[in-house]
Amino acid sequence: MVLEVRKPRPMWEILFSTHHTDIGLLYIVLSITAFMIGGALAIAIRSELFLPGNQGIIPDPNTFHRIFTTHGTNMLFLWLIPFAAGIGNYLIPIMVRYKDMAWPKLNATAFWMIPPAMAMVWLGMADFTWYATPPYSILSAPGPAAEMWIFGLKILGISSILGSINFIVTILKMKHPDLPLMKTSLFVWAILVTSIMIIVAIPTFAAALIMLYTDRLGVSGFFNPAMGGDPIAYQHLFWFTFHPEVYIFAIPAIGMVYEIIPKFSRKPIFSYQSGVAAFVLLAIVGFASWAHHMYATGMSFTEKTVFMIGTLAAVPASAMHVFNWTATMWGGRIRFRTPMSFAVGGLILFFYAGAGGIVNTAMPLDFLTHDSYWVVGHFHLFVMGLITFAFLGFIHYLFPFITGRMYNEKAGMLTFWLMFVGVSMIFLTQHVLGLYGQPRRTFDYIPVEPLIIMNQISTVGAWITAAGAAVFISNMISSAGRGKPADMRDPFQIGEQYYDYTRREPHH
Amino acid sequence: MGHAMYEWVYVGVVIALLVYVGAASWDVERFLDHAPPESVVVKVTAQQWFWTFEHEDGTREIGELHLKKNVPYKFEVTSKDVNHAFNIPDLTVMMDAVPGRINTVWVMPDATGEYLIQCREYCGFSHYQMRAKLFVEDGEITNAALGQAVEKLVPASLTVDNKNSAPVS
Repeated sequence: MVLEVRKPRPMWEILFSTHHTDIGLLYIVLSITAFMIGGALAIAIRSELFLPGNQGIIPDPNTFHRIFTTHGTNMLFLWLIPFAAGIGNYLIPIMVRYKDMAWPKLNATAFWMIPPAMAMVWLGMADFTWYATPPYSILSAPGPAAEMWIFGLKILGISSILGSINFIVTILKMKHPDLPLMKTSLFVWAILVTSIMIIVAIPTFAAALIMLYTDRLGVSGFFNPAMGGDPIAYQHLFWFTFHPEVYIFAIPAIGMVYEIIPKFSRKPIFSYQSGVAAFVLLAIVGFASWAHHMYATGMSFTEKTVFMIGTLAAVPASAMHVFNWTATMWGGRIRFRTPMSFAVGGLILFFYAGAGGIVNTAMPLDFLTHDSYWVVGHFHLFVMGLITFAFLGFIHYLFPFITGRMYNEKAGMLTFWLMFVGVSMIFLTQHVLGLYGQPRRTFDYIPVEPLIIMNQISTVGAWITAAGAAVFISNMISSAGRGKPADMRDPFQIGEQYYDYTRREPHH
Repeated sequence: MGHAMYEWVYVGVVIALLVYVGAASWDVERFLDHAPPESVVVKVTAQQWFWTFEHEDGTREIGELHLKKNVPYKFEVTSKDVNHAFNIPDLTVMMDAVPGRINTVWVMPDATGEYLIQCREYCGFSHYQMRAKLFVEDGEITNAALGQAVEKLVPASLTVDNKNSAPVS
């Protein structure tokens, strides 16, 4: 079942495999690659903004726009989604006690749709931001780049839907008959809820993409005001998919934190039921709040109020998770190994992000923060703070399972501290920048004092985070080949059960 | 395990806080969302990559906007090409300019000075320097109805100074 790296096999055997651990490995390697190259773009952006004026790191605004569009698209769809799918591939069959995913070939198909889509997004480098908001994306966005982005996302959407169907069937139909759903790990619940949300949410954006494409061809005018269309309609379709998508990114990460915290606190989860309830609640309420991204598009007072209530309703569910984690740690004998440190760091940043989210949803305050750097700081605290921290913690936690070796613990803790300090410096500062009125997606800013120093703190934080990422990737690569062999019963020496590694099914 | 009571109390506290935040913002937004009927209308038109302002008397300004202190203004914001957003950070005025739509937002400047107007929605090549200047000047309010509206909006006890305004490039 494990030791995929420890026992060397020819590359083609992994590439053409349909076994869930091989596909999981491919997902994980691809997503970490995307994280690294997308991160490089972020470093370019931050370095350019270190000083006002053109620093020459990014030569002109057009390149800048292409870079932040590709950074956003890449991080959301090639890092967050595939990584969660990869960990799901590794663990879901084991957790529901089945030999593989329900449909191994479909599983491989879902993965192999991603590299061509990735190539399209990266080679195209569209410039219309990851929102692709019309009319800009119809009237002004140049050439094949936009089409490549549209079709890249289309393929990624299909891949996600196929993967989700596979997860749902594996969990609900292939689960061992002696294992009730309420006895499975909370990570299984996280993947189940996420998969259902993907199937409900993605088709809306898939339709919007086709409409956007025909609009670009000029044969329709759904979103083109010159042809009687309504650009706001696109934003509704877009956010109907991508507000729930926020939870689609977050819920697997929350599930991973649920795996880590009880093990390293050496205490059972405070309340399993409330974890399940919060997942389901989040999945339902997540669909009732999409238009809080659109307060400033000229919505009526009633509409704004409705979506504010929908957004606030999602907060108790997230708060329940934070409470559950804290209560699990309370009185536990905690071992701060790398996975646990990342989980706790993620918890802290999640709290800040959530508090900022309440400010955003309060209608009058949203007009202060909307489309400013506040928003950049806010959602990065989610995707970088909570989600990436949970993912990085979990890849350390799963490292012995994947490779049969231990990573270097000192390097792991160094990664954590560099990232925690760096991420706090970047994104907490950006909140303040937003309050000073710096708009997001800008190539340059006004050379006045609070803006310059704040941008510099933010950029230095980005460099520290980059150092953390460099330590992380070299730790992963060198430990995979040369790390100490791990004690597979209890690799972290915490006296807790690790994943069952002894069953080994034949590869398909 | 057990101790479900703690969790219920905690969730109750969170919900109470959220209800307070929701009610307070509903109350404030109700006031902010409805422009006083006496407001002076200024038509704001965005296009790549500058601002045009048209006053009630038909005069037009490009890149600059001159307003009077203590007069409520209603901006009718629209765009000629792609989405923009009309933003005066110091006055917390923020409204998307969407082609084919007229969005309204109102403000009553309460301090004289020079303020920044900027575009806050991505709109292409020169988005980052799509700016304009707002000048708020002292002025006599000649319209009686307008004067009454101002008295209603600004309680006599409330005075605001202009120390914290951000500079304009």
